Amino acid sequence: MSGWPVPRRRTSRSNVTLVTPATTAPGAPEVYFDPVRQAYRRKRARRDALVGMASLLGFVLVVGFAISRTSGWPLVQETFFNGSEFIATFPGLLDAFLLNVRIFLIAEPLILIIGLLVALARDLRSPLLLPLRVVATLYVDIFRGVPTILVIFLLGFGVPALQLQGVPNNTVFWGTAALVLSYGAYVAEVFRAGIGSVHSSQRMAARSLGLTSLQTSRYVVLPQAVRNVIPPLLNDFISLQKDTALVSVLGPIELLRQAQIDASSTFNYTAYVGAALIFIALTIPMTRFADWVQARMRKRRSMAGTA
Amino acid sequence: MTNTLLDIAGVWKAFEGNSVLRGLDLSVARHEAVVLIGASGSGKSTLLRCINGLETVDAGRILLDGDLDVSAFKTDMDAVRRRIGIVFQSYNLFPHMTVIDNVTLSPRKVLKRSTADSKEQAMALLQRFGLAGKANDYPDRLSGGQAQRVAIVRALAMEPELMLFDEITSALDPLLVGEVLDTVRDLKAGGLTLIMATHEMGFAREVADQVCFLDAGVVLEKGTPEAVFGSPQEVKTQEFLARILK
Repeated sequence: MSGWPVPRRRTSRSNVTLVTPATTAPGAPEVYFDPVRQAYRRKRARRDALVGMASLLGFVLVVGFAISRTSGWPLVQETFFNGSEFIATFPGLLDAFLLNVRIFLIAEPLILIIGLLVALARDLRSPLLLPLRVVATLYVDIFRGVPTILVIFLLGFGVPALQLQGVPNNTVFWGTAALVLSYGAYVAEVFRAGIGSVHSSQRMAARSLGLTSLQTSRYVVLPQAVRNVIPPLLNDFISLQKDTALVSVLGPIELLRQAQIDASSTFNYTAYVGAALIFIALTIPMTRFADWVQARMRKRRSMAGTA
Repeated sequence: MTNTLLDIAGVWKAFEGNSVLRGLDLSVARHEAVVLIGASGSGKSTLLRCINGLETVDAGRILLDGDLDVSAFKTDMDAVRRRIGIVFQSYNLFPHMTVIDNVTLSPRKVLKRSTADSKEQAMALLQRFGLAGKANDYPDRLSGGQAQRVAIVRALAMEPELMLFDEITSALDPLLVGEVLDTVRDLKAGGLTLIMATHEMGFAREVADQVCFLDAGVVLEKGTPEAVFGSPQEVKTQEFLARILK
């Protein structure tokens, strides 16, 4: 092992007499932190932060420099990151995005309701309600298996083509309905996993107190199940925010469609980048929120573990 | 009204071809404290779970107070469980509810009591067992002993005629066993009929009116604590006690 540098302790305390307060003495502090140790730890934290920032900055500079030096960069910049094109198209994109927001806001509550009802129906045990269980199972099997965009095509073009009396032939309506049906199947399975994650002893304890099966689900199992699946549900929300763009295949002018129109009229793709930025601006806060919720739940759970 | 509260005759119960109870008989008098002892797997837990209908029996009869046949095909098990309380080894408190909500849930939903009434009753019970200060805490803030006492209070709030305790101290830190046993002692003194499966032999000797030694799914030996602990007749009882009291 010769040749290895021996680390030099900068905060050598070997020549200092160690004095820590006696815990039994009256007026002894509840918490005592060796000031030298504390200062060392602070210094370490400061240094770590500085090194991290410098490293990140260096990385960005190197990558940026490398990209800007490639021969194709001027063309890419002109076609995808064109400032004047961006300014010209962005307000129109934001306007179109309102339709995505509307689709999302209408679809999400419906998805939650359908998901929960289907999850409950799939776990029914009463023989009389077997049809309900079969229908729910078929629904999940079908709509989880068919690609969302295909469901949108089938409903959006297929149903209006039937020209049924009293059935709307509005593309936004059918696009939203397709998203609801497709996501409802996924969310049903998320809820079912949540119900399964509640330990059977909870159900047993509730039944032993005389609660009926229905009361046990309502007051004991579901509240815990829903809490357990909030992180995966938020994940599905984020996914749905993006998938509202799929409705564009039916023709309504939402964000992606608007960007397409802009791009094809000028042969410049900056509008697509603008559209991407708008989607990101909405999903990033949601992602951070999901992270925060997950971290908080982990903390609560580990606290419960020590009790 | 006879003096017998619970009459168990010839009860069989098997799990996947494994017989756990094999024609077990047991009679429990009003205000009696019955302690079940025996090795793990001797059928103590299964018996308790059959008594309040968490498991259905394969054969035999369980009669509560001469009128309610727990083992009948068409018995409403919710009605059975309103009259028989059970406390488990793992406290099974509802983690998303405060202590007071845990205790008042079934009086409100099952007995249809008003929130105010059930709260008042719950507070009185919590007070009695030194838990009033914990009423608004969530279960994850309780020690094991406190959690188990809350579980007992939760079962008591239904005012059961019979209480079943299934190794309620087995999951506890040894330092916390005492406070839970004190609670049971208190209930016994109050005249509650109870059946308790336990490995706490000192406590069994002190509190039991009747000690039953279960072996291979039957009550092999029963009697007063003095008889069973003092001069056990069966070889298997002697062996069990010798091992556990060593």
